[in-house]
Amino acid sequence: MSQLLQHLINGLAAGTIYALVALGYTMVYGVLKLINFAHGDVMMVGVYMGYATAFALGRQAQHSLWGVVLIFAVAMVGCALLGFLIERFAYRPLREKPRLTALITAIGISFALSYGFQLDIGFLPGASPRAFPEVITPSEWFIVGDRDVVVWNWQVISFLIAVGLMAGLQFLVYRTRFGKAMRAVSFDHRTAALMGIPTDRIIALTFMLSSALAAGAGLLYAIKDTSVSPLMGLYVGLKAFVAAVIGGIGNVPGAVVGALLLGLVEEFVVGYAASTWRDAVAFGFLILVLLVKPGGLFGRVAAEKV
Amino acid sequence: MRRLAPMLLAALAVLAAACEKKPQPTGEAGGAPAAQAPATAQGGGTPPAGDDVIVLGEVGALTGGQATFGISTRNGVALAVKEANAAGGVKGKKLVVRVYDDQSKPEEAAQAVTRLITQDKVVLILGEVASSSSLAMAEKAQAAGVPMITPSSTNPTVTEKGDNIFRVCFIDPFQGFVMAKFARENLKLNKVAVLQDNKSAYSIGLTEVFRQKFTEMGGKITATESYSQGDTDYRAQLTAIKKTQPEGIYVPGYYSEVGIIARQARELGLKVPLMGGDGWDSEKLFELGGSAIEGSYFSNHYSPDNPDERVKKFIADYKADNNGAVPDALAALGYDAARVAIEALKRAPDTSGPAVRAAIAQTKDFPGVAGNITLDAKRNAVKSAVVLKVQDGKSTYVTTISP
Repeated sequence: MSQLLQHLINGLAAGTIYALVALGYTMVYGVLKLINFAHGDVMMVGVYMGYATAFALGRQAQHSLWGVVLIFAVAMVGCALLGFLIERFAYRPLREKPRLTALITAIGISFALSYGFQLDIGFLPGASPRAFPEVITPSEWFIVGDRDVVVWNWQVISFLIAVGLMAGLQFLVYRTRFGKAMRAVSFDHRTAALMGIPTDRIIALTFMLSSALAAGAGLLYAIKDTSVSPLMGLYVGLKAFVAAVIGGIGNVPGAVVGALLLGLVEEFVVGYAASTWRDAVAFGFLILVLLVKPGGLFGRVAAEKV
Repeated sequence: MRRLAPMLLAALAVLAAACEKKPQPTGEAGGAPAAQAPATAQGGGTPPAGDDVIVLGEVGALTGGQATFGISTRNGVALAVKEANAAGGVKGKKLVVRVYDDQSKPEEAAQAVTRLITQDKVVLILGEVASSSSLAMAEKAQAAGVPMITPSSTNPTVTEKGDNIFRVCFIDPFQGFVMAKFARENLKLNKVAVLQDNKSAYSIGLTEVFRQKFTEMGGKITATESYSQGDTDYRAQLTAIKKTQPEGIYVPGYYSEVGIIARQARELGLKVPLMGGDGWDSEKLFELGGSAIEGSYFSNHYSPDNPDERVKKFIADYKADNNGAVPDALAALGYDAARVAIEALKRAPDTSGPAVRAAIAQTKDFPGVAGNITLDAKRNAVKSAVVLKVQDGKSTYVTTISP
């Protein structure tokens, strides 16, 4: 029983991170019908920005509330700028081109970031993994029996931050003018432009928002798993993408549910079956969902015009 | 007698070269940074050796991704050759090492071997650290019938390339045996769980032997879990392991993953020691593992803390030659490889390939700084390994385990 509970906690903690990264995929896809494969690598860049900030603040400041807020702020604003630049120079010029072109550029950006960051010149961090500083002072909050089930403060904080960011996003998309504009652009960006919506600005803002979200997710991930490396984005990005597809890509609550499910499925496969099956079952789960509900759990299948 | 003139010329050239390098006692393999230039200069210009020197070849990664490995090895080799020359050389002749840089690339290593054999007419080749480069070299050396000794390639297939290929380090599976013995006899553990990297042949090889030996010695493996290189969340595996209440966890992976595994194990309340192999041997381990990795054990080739007199002397000599740098395992293995080669050259009736080969094959109970070396029928070193404990952010010597 206690083991089940521990697995549940582990799975939710992993799923929370996937969810935040998956939200970025879903937002960009929702607006542009573009799978932004560079999303995971933007997350990685955000983590390194947070890493640099944490070190600039020094040991003492890291543990204060304002220190943590500053670390998140620098990483999220920095990534928003990076997202803007990527959108402006890599995707916007290709907007009227076939969708495949943008997809290839996205993969190119992804590799440029993840391999560029392995260089060891100037500010680039080099290929070796590094330990992320303990930004939140770890302490155990909830223990069953003799450390049978352990919950740490940062797990709870991560979960709350993640839920908060998701709720905020849901509010933004469905209750604000900006959200309305986003949905209009998503529906048909040419018509939206004719209606006086500044399409380019809305798309740029969507990219910035999704990149900032990625930075936040990345920091929570780094706090959870303590290791940062230039290739981390590829791995987490792929898992989050799968989660977004399971939930129905383009759907905000779907991304969250898909990610939590994926985290739990992985956890239970490793915990109760064989650990080597982790990825096989995760991707098998994806295939199963797509077979039964091709649009994903929460998605709708749009009729294709032939 | 027509050959007399060129031979005289060659002898003169060598003499001139020797005079030139007088301030540099070890010949081309002198001080650390200076050695690269003479290595390449020597490669091209000097004619094949005359009668009063014996030329050894060395291929190593002096630049590229594994440069630290190659430079350490070269420094160790240089020290051994310097000592041998100071003691009068071999058969009344001085030893010279011709070093080529392979830029950490197997294809460059193979080319360097060809050059050493055809151009420099070396009697023996030392190298490489990386098993992939050694495999490329072994093919060429075997075909030409020139003996080759790799100081530190642990992949079992390297010496399977032919009967001219030797190594002075143990092979990967041996470390599984060492840890099993240490866990059972020194730590007195009865129940151990295993967490292996199922993307790495190294990790799987170590696990197999560990599991087999540990069970043979009466221990019990409570759980075998695996992860993939690059994972960062091992909580599921560790939670499953925790349920089986082991007294230790064997994690024969690389330092980049092991550090995080240690942290997450402690986080989940697993306080038992972790154990591993030489893949842990990096400064990075202490950064990634932090305080969580303290009190864990891993097997390695050599420890600078080894109280043995031989090791102490080696460290002092090495420091004197290399600006006070403490020799790592690779320097020690390079030193041992060169000394095994020199010893074999002394014993061999002449310096032809088959004679040297036979002499190396007879190496028995040779006192190396990284353990006593006896070569078995498969030309692998049968030797002891050391067990190190992580303490106060560094590894400290615990014990030596013999096969």
